[in-house]
Amino acid sequence: MIWNKQYECMEREELLKLQGERVASMVKRVYDSVPFYRKKLQEKGIEPGDIRTIDDLKKLPFTTKQDLRDNYPFGLFTVPQTDIVRIHASSGTTGKSTVVGYTHNDIQMWSEVVARSLSMAGIGKSDMIQVAYGYGLFTGGLGLHYGAEKVGATVIPISGGNTKKQLQLMEDFGSTVLACTPSYAAYLGEALVEEKIDPKNIKLKAGVFGAEPWTEEMRSQIEQLLGIKAYDIYGLSEIIGPGVSMECHCQKGMHIFEDHFIPEIINPESGEVLPYGELGELVFTPATKEAMPLIRYRTRDLTRLHADRCECGRTLVRMEKCVGRSDDMLIIRGVNVFPSQIESVLLEMSETKPHYLLVVDRENNLDTLEIRVEIEEQFFSDEIKELEGLRKRIKANISSILGISATIRLVEPGTIERSMGKAQRVIDNRKIK
Amino acid sequence: MIIKQLSVFLENRTGRLTELTGILAANDINISAFSIADTADYGILRMIVGRPDAAAEILRKAGFAVKITDVVGMIIPHRPGGLHKALQLISDNNVAIDYMYAFASGECKATVVIRAESLQKLIDVLQEHKMELLQQGDVYQV
Repeated sequence: MIWNKQYECMEREELLKLQGERVASMVKRVYDSVPFYRKKLQEKGIEPGDIRTIDDLKKLPFTTKQDLRDNYPFGLFTVPQTDIVRIHASSGTTGKSTVVGYTHNDIQMWSEVVARSLSMAGIGKSDMIQVAYGYGLFTGGLGLHYGAEKVGATVIPISGGNTKKQLQLMEDFGSTVLACTPSYAAYLGEALVEEKIDPKNIKLKAGVFGAEPWTEEMRSQIEQLLGIKAYDIYGLSEIIGPGVSMECHCQKGMHIFEDHFIPEIINPESGEVLPYGELGELVFTPATKEAMPLIRYRTRDLTRLHADRCECGRTLVRMEKCVGRSDDMLIIRGVNVFPSQIESVLLEMSETKPHYLLVVDRENNLDTLEIRVEIEEQFFSDEIKELEGLRKRIKANISSILGISATIRLVEPGTIERSMGKAQRVIDNRKIK
Repeated sequence: MIIKQLSVFLENRTGRLTELTGILAANDINISAFSIADTADYGILRMIVGRPDAAAEILRKAGFAVKITDVVGMIIPHRPGGLHKALQLISDNNVAIDYMYAFASGECKATVVIRAESLQKLIDVLQEHKMELLQQGDVYQV
């Protein structure tokens, strides 16, 4: 079901015109009300009147996470506090938290894009949606909540955690949709098996999962455990929260709600805009946001955009699952390598767990990649031929999927550092710059 | 007849084996025999110890990957041709050996530790030909 045909199926020409108008008016707003942006535009010699069509977007400077930190907490708000109806903040794993604000209209717009997202997964009035994203400063819980109410579904605002209760309500209430992070969905699926709950008593049909990167392998695992179709939802608090883009039933990438969030793909090094189909860093301009519109916000997420028409009938561009973050991409012998790809290979193999460390070096002007993989005691064979066989299989899988040859080094369990936040996955010993 | 052997995964790092022997010593665990199969990056330490289950538990707690494998200890005369005669018997009966290592115990006997694809078949063959086998009581600590 398409929630808003007018915007989701708009002809490209018309959409570009609309985006141009929205950007122009937004630039004017931030120029007038945010000293940080006024200064930044003046430095580039840009007057609000210079931005008239969507083609002018590329003239504008980027906004980075650092800019948000520098203007902590409310420096980028365009409206007085009297117009702000809600604040959210992201957890500050790498510094101060990032604060975002919403006006009444922003909340309406957010509910609208989440309603469009849920409709893509066929969710409507007859559904009961268990929102197991955290409610609070994190945008996941409340973001899904308002969108679900907008489509008329019955919301169970259970929030995250309390697994026993989740399973009990799922069974007693007959929830048809689960919304949470993919890792929690997998955990709930395993708990269902452990608690020996009869799958016949579970009425789930769809899952709306996002807020962290996940692989296709994880998708099939979750789908099998919960007996559902798992949909990927994307978003980040700086832009709005969940609902920036979402997969339709064709599952050929996530449709970006471009009438609100204007996407670009850029070369992360040069900042140059790349054409559709090319891999680069995703940049968003949330042009209709009232409280905190950002100009060309760099997400650090790496992906590709596709503009060919989707079978579902929507004309909105689709973004691929993000392959990694531009700040952790490695270039090894000219090949782009993301730690997430290696993780995906290791996850696919039953004998390995994703505890690994990449060591990059340069010998005789040639890059070398060593992957240290922990031995799992369960699969530790005391025969060299078995261990060497495992090493060769990892090497062959890495080579066939990433197209590079790596040295695999098996290491003792527990010797690779664990981290609750962002794990250190790469040691780059090359001294190039 | 079946002896429990401890196999431990060891990275090739200076001092790593010493850490392990230190742990066993501190826990009063005797080592009767051992061998190391090594590659460039890691080795597999295989050993016959006095209290295999306890040793495995202690080493696991210390973070080692440990596996208990069943092996057979075959006792042969410690003189020229002693090993050859025994191996001839094993190969004549088509028992495939995965790996083996040996230690001489005293002046007239040697013990060969054998891991075979079919341990039961190996035991049957050896017993049928009246070969002496190492008993758990010979190596286990009470």
